[in-house]
Amino acid sequence: MILDVDIRHRQGGFALDACFQSDGRLTALFGPSGSGKTTIVNAVSGLVRPDHGRIAVQGRVLVDTKNDIVVPKHKRRIGYVFQEGRLFPHLDVRYNLLFGRWFTPRGERKASFDHVVDLLGIAHLLDRRPSTLSGGEKQRVAIGRALLADPHLLLMDEPLASLDEARKAEIYPYIERLRDEGGVPIVLVSHSVAEIARLATSVVVLSEGQVIASGPAAEVLRHTGFFAQSGLTEAGALIEARVSRHDEAYDLTVLQARAGTLSVPSLLHPVGTSLRVCLRARDIILSLKAPEGMSALNVLPGLISSIDIGEGASVDVQLDCGGDPVVARVTRKSVEELGLRPGVAVHAIIKSIAFDPEALGVTGGENM
Amino acid sequence: MEGLSPEEWTAVRLSLKVAFVAMTASLVPGVAIAFLLERGRFWGRQALDVLVHLPLVLPPVVVGWFLLIGFGRRGPIGAFLDEHFGIVFSFRWTGAALACAIMGFPLLVRAIRLSIAAVDRRLEDAAGTLGAHPVWVFGVVTLPLILPGIIAGMVLSFAKAMGEFGATITFVSSIPGETQTIPSAIYAYTQVPGGEGGAMRLTLVSIVISIGALWLSEWLARRVRRKVHA
Repeated sequence: MILDVDIRHRQGGFALDACFQSDGRLTALFGPSGSGKTTIVNAVSGLVRPDHGRIAVQGRVLVDTKNDIVVPKHKRRIGYVFQEGRLFPHLDVRYNLLFGRWFTPRGERKASFDHVVDLLGIAHLLDRRPSTLSGGEKQRVAIGRALLADPHLLLMDEPLASLDEARKAEIYPYIERLRDEGGVPIVLVSHSVAEIARLATSVVVLSEGQVIASGPAAEVLRHTGFFAQSGLTEAGALIEARVSRHDEAYDLTVLQARAGTLSVPSLLHPVGTSLRVCLRARDIILSLKAPEGMSALNVLPGLISSIDIGEGASVDVQLDCGGDPVVARVTRKSVEELGLRPGVAVHAIIKSIAFDPEALGVTGGENM
Repeated sequence: MEGLSPEEWTAVRLSLKVAFVAMTASLVPGVAIAFLLERGRFWGRQALDVLVHLPLVLPPVVVGWFLLIGFGRRGPIGAFLDEHFGIVFSFRWTGAALACAIMGFPLLVRAIRLSIAAVDRRLEDAAGTLGAHPVWVFGVVTLPLILPGIIAGMVLSFAKAMGEFGATITFVSSIPGETQTIPSAIYAYTQVPGGEGGAMRLTLVSIVISIGALWLSEWLARRVRRKVHA
């Protein structure tokens, strides 16, 4: 198990009671602000000492209050990328990057300086001062600094929260590469479903200090109810698709998934690239018959596997489209009028325009 | 105007020596006390704070008197140091340095303490997660960040020592060549007929030294600030 957390902690009026395990290469801690995400990563890194409980990373016990074990933070070997970078202002980029290395035992210095610098595209910044870097550059340096200390786990606390969309888009590919290289497992704190849909392999959903769901990303994201508080409209099915061709005449890119073909607004990825696509539940319409005379380009035939009745007007209809799980958020009224129930064959209709490019990630395969 | 007489040179050299020793000797305790006061959470912190600041608010003569009864030959601390370590303060230049160090100490501590308060502690946390032991964090993160404050404190302490008069003269008197610093020499000149020339010359010297110290500290602080915050 990469991460095994079972802690209780009280801080003012806030009570955290979190228990989860994760084996994901990139575990996302999701929840609205004040749900306890940062407290958990602070407890893992040693910045916060939980009142009770146990934390183990890659089998190594870091905290076990019952047995009076609390490993001090400088001995934990947990990398931490903070929301605001926290680069050392009195050191240039090179010495910021090398900072953790001084304190890493010689035999455990595995990360290659040149490789990390290359991976994050920061070679041209080495002689600069942190104050002269842009927000995106600072975060890349902060990631590099954490990696070069050869951590057993890399924590990222909303590392992109302070950046605008363009800067975020600039950093996502680096995090994807980090995840797919498989070196250091990552825990990413996020309150953006699109970000999770793009990056996470496992998801832990928190609400008011409690874990309300955890598991593989595709599994958790399909249940929109877990995201009721902050990300309801963004949740949906994660499927893997390959770029099969670019239709330049219409500015579209055609993707091939097990469920069928999907046309989406033109993407820059070359043909053959493996992508993870989030099909948001709210963007999907269900039809009993194959639609005709309609503008939507994407129609995926499938069978209803289950129906999650929630509160209010809407329900989540889980589909199996040729082996790909798809989820549609429709009204309870439609479910009754169309007679939807498990086993019924339906067509899922998705507008091409509905794809969120931010939630579209490159995968190295086996990262769903 | 003619140059300085040998006696005046002696006073200048002595003043510089006393001020330099006072500043240097109070540096490490100054940083330590500043840290205790700013970061420490212990019983009696308030009392320590008041104690450190006393020389700032007490009449210097009172501080000198305390030193005389505490560190004099027959004073409890003075007798102990003399007996066990052979260190004598009373009527020696070392006593002048002690008086100057104590008078300048609150200024030194205040300047350093302000810079410690301004340190972003999250940087220290970050250094910890990168594997740095707290002692190293202090050495390679905190210390460089508070360096401008330390320099400012050292200059204040030096300037205070150059000008210290009341506590020094009360504690160690004004013995030419041993404890007669620039201020007490100026005072001595003003007490004798025809001493105006000497008083004027020493006054000019002390102005030059003060401005020089100020300029040096500005220059150092600017260099360091550029390194730290550029």
